[in-house]
Formats: sequence, structure tokens, C-alpha cells
Amino acid sequence: MTDVKELIQGKIKTFGNNRTALMPILQAIVEDKNHLDEEDMIEVADALDISTADVYGTATFYTFLDTIPRGKYVIRVCKTISCHMAGKDEIFDTLKDVLKIKEGETTPDKKFTLLIANCMGWCHKGPVMLVNDDIYTELTKEKVIDIINEYQEK
Amino acid sequence: MGKFEVNLKINDLPVTIEEGTTILDAAQKLNFRIPTLCHHPDLCVAGNCRVCVVEQTGAKTLPAACATPVAEGMEIFTNSAKVRQARKHVVELLLSEHKSECTSCYKNGKCELQELAIEYRISEDTFLKLVEEKGYTIDDLSPAIIKDDSKCIRCQRCVRTCTQIQSISALAVINKGDEQKIATFLDKPMHSVVCTNCGQCVSHCPTGALVEKNYIDQVWDVINDPNLHVVVQTAPAVRIGLGEELELSPGDRVTGKMVAALRRLGFNSVLDTDFSADLTIMEEGTELLTRLKKALVDKDESVKLPMTTSCSPGWIKFIEHKYPEYLDNVSTCKSPQQMFGALAKTFYAEKKGLKAEKVVSVSIMPCTAKKYEADRPEMRDSGYKDVDYVLTTRELAAMVRQAGMDFSALENENYDSIMGKSTGAAVIFGSTGGVMEAALRTAYEIVTGREVPFENLNIMPVRGLKGVKEAKVKIENVKPEWGFLEGVELSCAIAHGLANAKILMDKVKAGEADYHFIEIMACPGGCLGGGGQPMPVSDKIRQKRMDAIYQEDESLEFRKSHENAEVQAIYKEFLGEPLGHKSHELLHTTYKKRKKY
Repeated sequence: MTDVKELIQGKIKTFGNNRTALMPILQAIVEDKNHLDEEDMIEVADALDISTADVYGTATFYTFLDTIPRGKYVIRVCKTISCHMAGKDEIFDTLKDVLKIKEGETTPDKKFTLLIANCMGWCHKGPVMLVNDDIYTELTKEKVIDIINEYQEK
Repeated sequence: MGKFEVNLKINDLPVTIEEGTTILDAAQKLNFRIPTLCHHPDLCVAGNCRVCVVEQTGAKTLPAACATPVAEGMEIFTNSAKVRQARKHVVELLLSEHKSECTSCYKNGKCELQELAIEYRISEDTFLKLVEEKGYTIDDLSPAIIKDDSKCIRCQRCVRTCTQIQSISALAVINKGDEQKIATFLDKPMHSVVCTNCGQCVSHCPTGALVEKNYIDQVWDVINDPNLHVVVQTAPAVRIGLGEELELSPGDRVTGKMVAALRRLGFNSVLDTDFSADLTIMEEGTELLTRLKKALVDKDESVKLPMTTSCSPGWIKFIEHKYPEYLDNVSTCKSPQQMFGALAKTFYAEKKGLKAEKVVSVSIMPCTAKKYEADRPEMRDSGYKDVDYVLTTRELAAMVRQAGMDFSALENENYDSIMGKSTGAAVIFGSTGGVMEAALRTAYEIVTGREVPFENLNIMPVRGLKGVKEAKVKIENVKPEWGFLEGVELSCAIAHGLANAKILMDKVKAGEADYHFIEIMACPGGCLGGGGQPMPVSDKIRQKRMDAIYQEDESLEFRKSHENAEVQAIYKEFLGEPLGHKSHELLHTTYKKRKKY
């Protein structure tokens, strides 16, 4: 994990220190440490001379800019109609069973977080899920178990 | 560059109007009122509530009148069947997410959403009532402001107010879709974030989502307790605002009626914050001259200039959060409200032969931040809470209505004594530039023995609604003891609204200003536009209130604080001299650095 101040200053060199730099900075922090905490958002507000409420408002607008701690691997299961009809409920139930957590929760070892997401544009290959930035398509119960096992060993 | 005009028709009536005008304003010109909610003359366009939709010939959708500029040849209908139907649905949708508990709502009868519901004859829930599903919370932890999300329609007037007028952005839009709400940083309670309690969000909120915390019942209780002696003080800007809340017009001066009403409500003594405003000038004027002497003659580097005023508790909280390195520049004088409070339970109680613990001090303020100020731990120099309850102008009006008085029919009455006398210099505290003008009237005369060199004492450069004002006053032919000020050009600046305060402070910080004295008021227009004043508010209304303040000033026999006989008497009998030992104990205070974010 990079020091957040350094990270922000690095991005300011590229994007400047006005409001337009807000998104790239927030994305960089989330990429680095998986979520934005109170101190991070204060640092960003300070660096860009905007209010912390503004930073928080922006962060909470975007699903991928988490403001609560997440596991190392964030799993997002598509809930939209194509994936739903292709059997996303079974996929989701399997994940809950395997990971022993409910929607929105993180495993005690901080490895996995289980979330529901809107359409990812893979309707023709549903059901799908995203693990961090990697997409997994045409899921079955067995496939999901294998995928989780792989990540467990990583 | 010349202005272009466009021709259009609204409801079949032709109108020619300047390019760039909105449909809303063009319709207004033809005397067609289009309903609005998110629109406010103080704020930028939002166009999010959709209540102002109109029909445009040839357009597929209904444009929002507040956000659409007029165009050549446009044909607009503001009241077609389609428009009425759409507006009704918009109001119904807003109500589906609004906790409609009108009879128990603090804004009952003063709510813009309620008015629209009446206008559009909303009778039943057309849409699923969603408010119960949302688990809204009420934040009533602040002494000044209550935020109830279940009443919020997300028009974002408060967000724009806090950003544009106050440069603070304590409130922002968080989340999205059906989870969208207006919140502070991490959705913390208002009292724990960078909020100045100025109440501008309250005076711009169209519903009951943001209201002042009211202390009406508590005040009735102390009035009704025969063992207590309840004194009330009234701020300068209340006398030119109260009428608006009681069926009179903006700019109506109601000083005498207000005094009569307060007496009939049962207060034991009706006194005036203007008395302590005059006292503030004596203390603050002396402080300024002392600072100037120390800085210019003694070359004492610990003395900070420019000195800033300290009357506005919103400004004080702002500088404590945002520019704490300048706290030594702030005058140590308490605000007139707190000077009055400290004296009410000492000097006044003594003179009247009352025990301090039996004296309850109530203040009527145009302000919500005053509620917070009265709660500050520093404000207990009398040994008790110096000001027990702070009511806004709106709360006082509510009490007058509860008491069943016909306010406009009341005969004028005069303030009680002691601590009821004031001068025109104190009245103008209610307007931006007023404290500066009052201080100059007195300080100039102390130093030179002559009146300020402005016609009829009216220091015009410091007046008006311009955001940041500057003035220079050359000091000449001084009395011998003030020799060091001979030829000095006193440089002054005034800002109102914290966004303007920020502009001014950034200039000071950058070393681009050579001011000696700065007046800052947290609210636009000064106290006359305070967060506790009647609604609605706009620059047009502020100007009327301002005119009334200066008329009140000119109507008074004494217009310089040092001419206030009761102020002269209190120095003789009790305080000694300005900045003396007793003053320091009761009339001055300290400030503290607060977190910046």
C-alpha cells in the first residue's frame, strides 16, 4: 500500500489540483487499498480544496468507489434480468454457502466480499460474476466452487 | 455588446424579452406564475424537481421553465391539460417519498410542498408511499438546526446554499437512485461537522427537512413561572423582519409593536440588544484604537491587524474551522447578545435587586447560530448560562400568533430601562456594513473630536448588497493624545455571506490587502438576511429590509454609540472604562481552533 498523500500528489501532477482530478484520485486510492476511509477522503478534500461532504458524495455515487472496508477479492454477482433468468439465484446461494457470508458481508479473514451488481453487459453469457476486475461467465454451481477454491489458494 | 431580444408567445400572448431569459422569468413578465420548488432566486439553476414543466409546441417532452432559455418563435403553454397532469404527477411522486405529517410538522402552513399539494388538489396516494421503507433518521443533536430526511424532496437548495452562498458545502448529495439523500461527510450529525449553524439552509428549504430547533415551549414555561424574572432582548434586525412573518410587508418597521407584543406575552422586562450593540462599539472601537497604537507606535508584533469583528457567531465558527491562524485577529469582544446576557445576570440583577439565579434571559435573534453561540461553554461569565434561550424572528412570530394578538393593530410602546436605550449606530448592526459604520462614527470622533466626514453621518461606501466592500477614511487634525494617527488612512473591508468572507480572507492570507479593520457577517445582507428571519428571502427583500434599517437609524435622536446615556451610565456605575477589568471579565471572550474538515 502506497502512502495516500503520495498517491494523491502523484495524481495531482498528472491531473492538476482542481475538481476534475477528484475521480482519478479516488479511483487510484481504491485500486491501491480497496476502499476509501475517512482519513483518505479528508486528505483528498484537503489536496483539492473542496469539502469532505463533496468527496463523500462523489464516492457514494459510484458503486466501485467503496467507502467501507472490503475483502481482498470483491465478488459482484449480476442481478439483472438475463442473468436472473439464467439462474443467478443458484450462483448467489452457492457463494453464500461456500463463503459463509451474506450479501454485503466480508469473510472474517478479509479475503472475500460478496455483493450484488447491476448489468455488466454480458447478458448473452449469463449468469456472470466479477471478481475484482475479472469477469466469469456462464457460471454453474460447480464452476463457482472451483473459482473460489482457486482464489482461496492465491 | 448590444443585447439581443427574442419574440415568443406564452399562452398565446406575445412577449419580447432579452435573450437568455428563462421561460419562468418571461412568463412572470406576463404575470403567469409557474410553480417552482428547486428554483430559488439566490441560487443557480438546478432543474431537478420538475414542478415548473411547461408545454412547448413542437417539443416531444415538457421542458422545465426554470432551466430553459427562451428562443425566437417559441410557443409556450403554462397551464395546458398536459402540463397540469404532469405537474400533478410530479407533486404526487414527490409526496410518495415525503413524510406527510402536516399537522404535526413544524413547517405546517409555511411549506412550499404543502402549498403545491393544495394547489393541485392532491387527495390520495396515487403512487406507492415509499417513505416508510426508507428508514430515515432525524438529526436533532445540534442546538440550532434539525435535519429530518423523511421530509426532504432532494431539491438541493440547501446544498447549493451551503456551497454558493457560504462556500462550506457541509451538505452534499450522497448515494444515488432511490437511496439518494442530502447528507454531511459520512452522514455524521450536523453538530459534529464543519457547519457554522448559520441556518441559510433552513431559510432556503422549501419543506420541513431543515428547520431551526425551536424553544417556544421552554420560553412559555419560564414566562409562566411566577418565581422567575424573565428579561428579553431583541436584536437589531428583528424589528425590520418580524412584520413580514405577521402579515405585514418586507421593510415595515415594527419596533414599537414588537415591544408591545413582547410585553403582552408576559416578559418581565423588554430590553434591547441594541443597548449592548452600542456597548460593543465602545469596547470594539477602543480595542481597534489600542491595537493600532500598539502596532503603529509600540511596534508590538504580537498585535494582529487587520482586526475583524466578532458579532456573527456563524463567522466565528467559520474562522475557527477554516482560518484558525487568524483567530488572534478577531476582536475579543463578545457579540451584543452575549454581552447583554452576561450583564443581565450581573449588573441588571444587581440594580433590580434580583438574585441572578432567578433571572432568565431570552433573546430574539434573526439567527440560528445564536442558539449555538449561547450554548458555547465560554458564554457563562455571569456564573450562569448568560443567555438561556434564543428564539428566531420566526419563533417570536409564532408566539405572537399563539397569544392571539392582532399584531398590526398594536400601539407602539417603548423599551424598558435599564439596558433598553440605544442609538442609530446600534440599529445598523442589522445590516452588512453596519458595525463598521457604527465603529467609524465613534472611533473617528474619539480621535479627532469631530463627526465622521460623511454627509449626515451616513457612511455610504460601506452600505449596500455588494459582496465585498472596501472603504478608506483619512484621519486628520487629531487630538494630541492620538497624534500617531495623524494622516493615517484607515483601510476597511466588509464582507457578508461566507463565500465572500472566504474571498476576503484569502486576499488577507495572500498578503494582497492592507486593511486595518474588517467586518464580516455570515449571512447575505448581514443579520437582516439571517437564517432565523422570515421566508422567503431574496435580494429584493433584503434591500427592503436594509432600507428600513437605515430609515430607523435616521429616525433616532442619537446616532452614535458613545452618546447612549445608558452606556455612559454603565461605565460610570459598573464597568469603569472600555477594556477595563470588569469588561474583560464579562464582555470579552476567547476562540478555539477547530478541525478544518
